[in-house]
Amino acid sequence: MATRQTAGLARLMRAPAIILLLIWMIVPLGMTLYYSFLNYNLLNPANVSWAGWFNYQYFYTDPAFFAAIRNTLVLVLGVLTITVVLGIAIALLIDKPIWGQGIVRILIISPFFVMPPVAALIWKNMIMHPSYGVFADIARFLGLQPVDWFAQYPLTSIIIIVAWQWLPFATLILLTALQSLDGEQMEAAEMDGAGPVSRFIHLTLPHLARAITVVVLIQTIFLLGIYAEILVTTNGGPGNASTNLTYLIYRAARLNFDIGGAAAGGIIAVILANIVAIFLMRAVGKNLD
Amino acid sequence: MTTTFRALLGATALCAIGGAAAAQDPVTLTIATVNNGDMIRMQQMTAPFTEANPDIRLDWVTLEENILRERVTTDIATGGGQYDVLTIGTYEVPIWAAQGWLAPLEDLPDDYDVDDLIPAVREALSVDDTLFAAPFYAESAMVMYRTDLAEAAGVTIPDNPTWTDIRTAAEAMTDRDAEVYGICLRGKPGWGENMAFLTAMANSYGARWFDTEWAPQFDSPEWQATLTDYLEMMTNYGPPGASSNGFNENLSLFQQGRCGIWIDATVAASFVTDPTDSTVADSVGFAQFPNKDGVDNHGNWLWAWNLAIPASSQKQDAARSFVAWATSKGYTDMIAEAQGWRAAPPGTRTSLYENPEYQEAAPFAAMTLEAINSANTQQSSVQEVPYTGGQFVAIPEFQGIGTQVGQTFSAALAGQMSADDALAAAQSSTAREMARAGYPK
Repeated sequence: MATRQTAGLARLMRAPAIILLLIWMIVPLGMTLYYSFLNYNLLNPANVSWAGWFNYQYFYTDPAFFAAIRNTLVLVLGVLTITVVLGIAIALLIDKPIWGQGIVRILIISPFFVMPPVAALIWKNMIMHPSYGVFADIARFLGLQPVDWFAQYPLTSIIIIVAWQWLPFATLILLTALQSLDGEQMEAAEMDGAGPVSRFIHLTLPHLARAITVVVLIQTIFLLGIYAEILVTTNGGPGNASTNLTYLIYRAARLNFDIGGAAAGGIIAVILANIVAIFLMRAVGKNLD
Repeated sequence: MTTTFRALLGATALCAIGGAAAAQDPVTLTIATVNNGDMIRMQQMTAPFTEANPDIRLDWVTLEENILRERVTTDIATGGGQYDVLTIGTYEVPIWAAQGWLAPLEDLPDDYDVDDLIPAVREALSVDDTLFAAPFYAESAMVMYRTDLAEAAGVTIPDNPTWTDIRTAAEAMTDRDAEVYGICLRGKPGWGENMAFLTAMANSYGARWFDTEWAPQFDSPEWQATLTDYLEMMTNYGPPGASSNGFNENLSLFQQGRCGIWIDATVAASFVTDPTDSTVADSVGFAQFPNKDGVDNHGNWLWAWNLAIPASSQKQDAARSFVAWATSKGYTDMIAEAQGWRAAPPGTRTSLYENPEYQEAAPFAAMTLEAINSANTQQSSVQEVPYTGGQFVAIPEFQGIGTQVGQTFSAALAGQMSADDALAAAQSSTAREMARAGYPK
């Protein structure tokens, strides 16, 4: 039991680390906030002036802004749905003792180790390309017209690529949860006459609830900031069909060199991400209590 | 003398030696460059330079074009000082020189022969007659086509074709079942990708980006005709996936024999006629960039990849000697000797085009020179314009505006919006950006 003095001392000793962490977070955020109120274009650095709320107004009146928000949400929801549903299915499959289980598990996990731009390049040039891609070969073999994925279904294509990358993560977490499921309980349910479907719904799924929550929370944080896959494959297009919020900010910062506008976009994105986070914590986070 | 004192003396002497050694340390030049064939070749061929200049070391940063542009722009605009030599395009040179970001290329070696530089290229890289970058290779745009397919289809493409000639030939050459497409044009969005081509095509249709008051002109009949014809040709005779095809994708399609006609940079000529990479090397014909019937203007495309020295570099003397070496006649001769005349960097020096050996090795030489010489970047449209530049508009805002318009036109090519909607969207987004940037200035 700590005395009042030792508790005070502990607080004092913790202080430097906490202050450092605060600075680590506050300085960049403060600078972004400051820049978001400036007229600051890198190509014209001599002309820096106070902009007030203009950058914010300019960013959210961008014709691409609402498309970007919609695309961001569709992207996150799409990838989450695919990874959770398929993740449960694959976890159930590889949980069973099969021949070559070790190799199968490694193969399933391997996409997670491929860097996003590399994965996107492979999908773009070797799998989804309408002339050279594997999908085009399959379509031709079946006597069909090859699909021009990135032109016809840009957002769907990106969802597929990102889901492919995140599926191993979901599978791994869900598999770990599955392995902690009590076998005796399952057996008891089976002896009581519960079929495989009702065993899955009433035993497996509730048991996986926490793992699913972890998958949803962690993936959402990363999926809100998807960027490399879009840059490599569609560049946000055609039009604004695959522009998400991150890519819109990238466009302001790195193509227009508009630091003020991009900073305002960054602040808007932080606010929106926090709204999503609060909503998620309230909706699904209670599973973690 | 105590031991401590002796030790101190010794340490001082060591430091002095170290200092002297540091003074003779070689200068390391950090060179930012683009990852295309000619530049990679240059990296591999620097031995004669480093042997002649043992006190200069070269450190390469090789990047893809868009990333290079981002990095270099950010570095130079913030005074980061990471690079001593920059590879930049014709677009950046006048803008950056006006900002005072580039060191003027004065006091070049006597044998450099500035007057040998092709006048159009030299002019594009000079501000008030002072050279701010040295051209490594330069290009205009022209028509490349399959002579065998044209013959089989019974069509001819004249040396100075019109768009009607091109469309007729493209239609005749298209054989979708055999995966041969009549025409391959850029569709990938970007100010330096589809918009480079479409701006040049628009110039040849008599269109312009802005009127003299800087009002965007996408609502003009000329732009309407340009975009409608482009979409129609690409939809009917173009390859699938055209909205993501840029220079490299089309090059590869042409080399594999999938394109009847390809209109793009003149620098591609040496790649499509190279038998080691191109399956159609023997049957490639060349023609000038088309013009629309009744409009006396070819697509005024002029581009060069250049070496420049940032004003912030601390090693300008060493950088200048490297830039002079890499863009000299001697470098061209060295490449020709090692890899043949066709590999020589094209488009920058008159002497190369007067060289009979080059003319023989490069059947496209005369056509390339004519295309470069006919580019008029001071007056790119038949209508009056307030800007300079051939396939771009030389204002800082163009990168952003051009890319946004490129996205819109690419969406039209992908069939997601009509030509009219695309033009209206381009008009409003350009007007919005121009108002933000404070035009007219």
